[in-house]
Amino acid sequence: MAILGAINPVLMAGLDGDNSWQLKDYVARGGYEMLKKILAENIPQEQVIAEVKASVLRGRGGAGFPTGLKWSFMPRSFPGDKYVVCNTDEGEPGTFKDRDLIRYNPHAVIEGMAIAAYAMGATRGYNYIHGEVWEMYKRFEAALDEARAAGFIGQNILGSGFSFELFAHHGYGAYICGEETALLESIEGKKGQPRFKPPFPASFGLYGKPTTINNTETFASIPFILKMGGESFLNLGKPNNGGTKLFSVSGHVNRPGNYEIPMGTPFSELLQMCGGMRGGRKLKAVIPGGSSSPVLPGDVMMDCTMDYDSISKAGSMLGSGAVIVMDESTCMVKSLERLSFFYYEESCGQCTPCREGTNWLYKVVHRIENGLGRPDDLDLLSSVTTNIMGRTICALGDAASMPVQSFIKHFRDEFAHHIEHKTCLVPKDVQWAGSGFHKVAS
Amino acid sequence: MLEIEIDGKKAQVPDGSTVMDAAQQMGVYIPHFCYHKKLSIAANCRMCLVQVEKAPKPLPACATPVTNGMKVFTHSDLAVQAQKGVMEFLLINHPLDCPICDQGGECQLQDMSVGYGGMKSRYQEEKRVVFHKDVGPLISMEEMSRCIHCTRCVRFGQEVAGIMELGMANRNMHSEITTFVGRSVDSELSGNMIDLCPVGALTSKPFRYTARSWELQRRRSVSPHDSLGANLIVQVKHDQVMRVLPKENEAVNECWISDKERFAYQALNSDQRLTKPMVKQGGEWREVPWNVALDYVAHGLKDISREFGGDALAALAAPSSTLEELYLLQKLMQGLGCGNVDHRPRQQDFTSDGKRVGTPWLGMRLAELNNLDAALVVGSFLRKDHPLIAQRLRQAVRKGGAALSLIDLSADDQLVPLHARLTVAPSQLAQTLAAVVKAAAQQKGVELPAGLENVQVCEQAKAMAQSLIEGEKKAVFLGNAAQQSAAATQLHALGLQLAQITGATFGFLGEAANSVGAQLAWALPTGANARQMFEQPRQGYVLMGVEPEFDCANPQQALAALAQAKMVVLFSAFKHEPALAYADVLLPMAPFTETSGTFVNTEGRIQSFAGVVRPAGDARPAWKILRVLGNVLDLEGFGYNTSEEVRDQVLGGASEFATGLDNGLNGVTLQLPQAGQGMERIADVPIHFADPMARRAPALQRTRDAAAPAARMAAATLAQLGLQAGDLVRVRQGQGGAELAAALDEGVPAGCVRVAAAHASTAALGEMFGAISVERA
Ligand SMILES: Cc1cc2nc3c(=O)[nH]c(=O)nc-3n(C[C@H](O)[C@H](O)[C@H](O)COP(=O)(O)O)c2cc1C
Ligand code: SF4
Ligand code: SF4
Ligand code: FES
Repeated sequence: MAILGAINPVLMAGLDGDNSWQLKDYVARGGYEMLKKILAENIPQEQVIAEVKASVLRGRGGAGFPTGLKWSFMPRSFPGDKYVVCNTDEGEPGTFKDRDLIRYNPHAVIEGMAIAAYAMGATRGYNYIHGEVWEMYKRFEAALDEARAAGFIGQNILGSGFSFELFAHHGYGAYICGEETALLESIEGKKGQPRFKPPFPASFGLYGKPTTINNTETFASIPFILKMGGESFLNLGKPNNGGTKLFSVSGHVNRPGNYEIPMGTPFSELLQMCGGMRGGRKLKAVIPGGSSSPVLPGDVMMDCTMDYDSISKAGSMLGSGAVIVMDESTCMVKSLERLSFFYYEESCGQCTPCREGTNWLYKVVHRIENGLGRPDDLDLLSSVTTNIMGRTICALGDAASMPVQSFIKHFRDEFAHHIEHKTCLVPKDVQWAGSGFHKVAS
Repeated sequence: MLEIEIDGKKAQVPDGSTVMDAAQQMGVYIPHFCYHKKLSIAANCRMCLVQVEKAPKPLPACATPVTNGMKVFTHSDLAVQAQKGVMEFLLINHPLDCPICDQGGECQLQDMSVGYGGMKSRYQEEKRVVFHKDVGPLISMEEMSRCIHCTRCVRFGQEVAGIMELGMANRNMHSEITTFVGRSVDSELSGNMIDLCPVGALTSKPFRYTARSWELQRRRSVSPHDSLGANLIVQVKHDQVMRVLPKENEAVNECWISDKERFAYQALNSDQRLTKPMVKQGGEWREVPWNVALDYVAHGLKDISREFGGDALAALAAPSSTLEELYLLQKLMQGLGCGNVDHRPRQQDFTSDGKRVGTPWLGMRLAELNNLDAALVVGSFLRKDHPLIAQRLRQAVRKGGAALSLIDLSADDQLVPLHARLTVAPSQLAQTLAAVVKAAAQQKGVELPAGLENVQVCEQAKAMAQSLIEGEKKAVFLGNAAQQSAAATQLHALGLQLAQITGATFGFLGEAANSVGAQLAWALPTGANARQMFEQPRQGYVLMGVEPEFDCANPQQALAALAQAKMVVLFSAFKHEPALAYADVLLPMAPFTETSGTFVNTEGRIQSFAGVVRPAGDARPAWKILRVLGNVLDLEGFGYNTSEEVRDQVLGGASEFATGLDNGLNGVTLQLPQAGQGMERIADVPIHFADPMARRAPALQRTRDAAAPAARMAAATLAQLGLQAGDLVRVRQGQGGAELAAALDEGVPAGCVRVAAAHASTAALGEMFGAISVERA
């Protein structure tokens, strides 16, 4: 199944399992109509961008930056190549929506990119696909072949004089290659390391040319926005939080998976769609927007709606829309240890605070988890995160720090207990009872 | 211009400046590690974080462009807290092994930890350990745990040296600086990475553990190793040279020196130094006091002069001798009635003697090289002959998009994108340059110079001509091999033609440290030149700083002439095994570190230097030896008290740049040489065999550049001879031969075999660019 549940779906509407990804299916669903229309009617580029602005589509890759505004940064009259790049690197723990988009609705991404290229005058595009989902990469290549054969991409598209070449490129599984400038380096064949900004990609991007990078879901939304009109898309959600969004729900729910719901849907409703908490256990905490967003206690989360503003007000971020649900059997120290290990491992090692700091954070949390915590460790952790945040080249430093800060802020007693008693506050048998894995193993 | 305020001080800075640029202009210090003015901005160390008004986060000064009216605070709480935070991060995994670190006392991390570090570490975890690497004889990478990942070394390779010898492998805190698997780090500029490394991760292997930096005195000097005249800091302890570093001079060497300049000093302290005058009597060598030696020399030379005339004598000096030495040598010989004096042992074609308008030189200032739009270099092993000139041209291409073209004898990788290249046999050099002249004349629509009617023009030649016509600042240079070629004068004339047609500047990439100075010092023949003095053997020879079997165009011929002479006097800093056979007197002369003197570099810059240590043993500055000899011989005009007096007399008061520099040529007609027949030899002078010091520096001799010569040929040539790479072959020139391994080198033109000069294994051979035969041994 493409999607486990939906309310007013847009991106995943009409998808029937694994069989409706092909060009004929997409066309039957009304696909490529907008591209045809834009090219046939020679709709001005500004008008396309204005429509995207009106939809208040915010980037689905994590930062939530308004897409229309981003597109308007591209220099209009630039001599030479400009690029659009799609970010399907999707390495953020908890996030697994883009791979389903590529798998079930790849032509929406292709059409969205072609329209974006038209609107920004780009001649070439790349889709950078996470290297560990090889079938999705092949699926996208197959879709590209279809689109090319049908003349939706390539030279002189549909006889309009507009040309746009689109290629797929796969990574090798480094999280940092999802950061947009590291991604560009990687496409260029270099080591995936973020670039210092400024200059921003819109002025110095791929191969030094103006480039716009958007997330897969962002691009996939474009054809639908243009079809229904920016305003209608906006109205699907709530003001400043336009449209529907895919949420990847994982953790201790009965039916983890992807859900497409309008922005502003209450979290409680989403939880219900997921079949509620596994084993009927109590909700303890939620990471609402991928592992880089601060964790929120369950009760705070139950009062939130699923949109940028509400989650942000509660002290976290909607991020990529990866909702990690944790029940009462979860040891928060163990959870943080795993997260910190991830960031320590995935730091590209380029800049000092992140390279050294992520390692320090992980080692201290690891020590606490293993009964070697010291009384001043929590202050130390908080001080180290302060020294990382806002001082690094890319946002990974912040991403590594926020979980540490929020876990300690909301679950300080668990950490204190670990340090003092060298053991978890959540009894081991409770933890095991909540662990599907443990049951299988024993 | 933009206005900026840093810590309350206001200043105007040029558009495009970064906050770091502005701070440096204003004399405000902002701590930094990864920033280096010659390298691209990496902004990875984060040490330079400062507070900028209205910015919520501290910003890296090195990468933040100045905006008009910007206010910067380098000492605010926000800034200092950020700097201290970064300092702590840099130190947590650092081994803190300063007491045994060679960088101690000159370490930026050490210095900055005093200013920004804590008294005690909050880091209680296990530290990172980075394994050591063996990267060859020059650079020690024994303690890589000290590395702070600033990537200066990596960027230097990519941007300045043109070759990425070091890179950063892995990610996160397992990132480490390393080479490609199994490769060494010894391209001709590698040693600069030691200077760039702000910590003790990359240190000098030869210097390692020999002294602490604070025990060393810093003395200024000038490099004798090539015609650039790099400015040096020679570091001295107990009257011994311990280390050589660049002295920054933006106009000359910027902040770089070549590896040869950095490591050749090892020879100075070697047991091969000649420290006592020696005389051979009855086939026996004896150490003698100076007065005995000089009496012996004076009498010997005078006797030959009296008996056979001054023409029976000849003197040959290395072009890396000082101005003072060269001047006094020719004066001494003139005093003995001998005009057979030269300083160009590798030259073969002397037809331009007497036809040159002035002293040949670069034709421009070194600093102008970086701004060229187009350049054509003819007959040069560019990188190895002129590492830092090659570096400047590389920057011209990299940063200014210059079109660099080469007409050369082997397609060695110059580590720079080339606009056009023609790699030809030595006998084809002139024809090839003529083709460019012809193409230029055709493109410009000017009359074709006489003699070029039958020259064939190819596409590459057209491209070269076009780039020289189109560029605004452009130049044509003759390299060492062109100057050493049998067609040197024709190449000179063609170069001038090309320059005239295209509006380019014509110049020479000087062969040696004092090629320009030697001309100014009149170390030029009024009689037999460097070739003739061996072609027609003499009775007596004075050799200064040359080792004929390595340094002469035709060592075979030179050695034969020396062998039959009555008296051979060798001024040398080194006890020299082959000389024990052909010489009769060995006079221990002081190398550049032990004498005062002057070099005039290829741009005409006059650079005088003082000795930095006392001469080893009984060695003496050669200018003093010559002065005494002049006095012993009762010659006029040897009453100098100081080397400065000699210099001033030669240069007539010119101080910064020499006068009389002019590449013009009078009365030479174009007459292209016939194509060569049979197999031709191409002899490069490998960088670390090029001078007596480099030859005796153990570390340099272990580099890839010092590999023993092979007989290098293209596949087609090998096939034609029925050979395979690795076969042992016998190469022959005239009476002499050598046994070498055949090697495949597609960069060598067909019909040629590349056999390096200046090496013991090839010393029995003849002319560097002459006919040669190759057969299976
Ligand atoms: C460490 C790191 C990893 C990231 N990974 C991804 C990713 O996997 N996919 C993605 O779309 N954006 C990722 N981003 C965000 C991108 O840098 C960029 O903001 C985004 O692709 C822009 O697209 P959008 O405006 O459509 O959201 C990452 C950012 C950081 C700092
Ligand atoms: S913050 Fe981390 S991941 Fe980002 S550039 Fe710096 S070291 Fe690399
Ligand atoms: S080895 Fe030295 S120069 Fe290279 S990255 Fe490490 S600290 Fe910097
Ligand atoms: S000097 Fe600016 S970040 Fe290193």
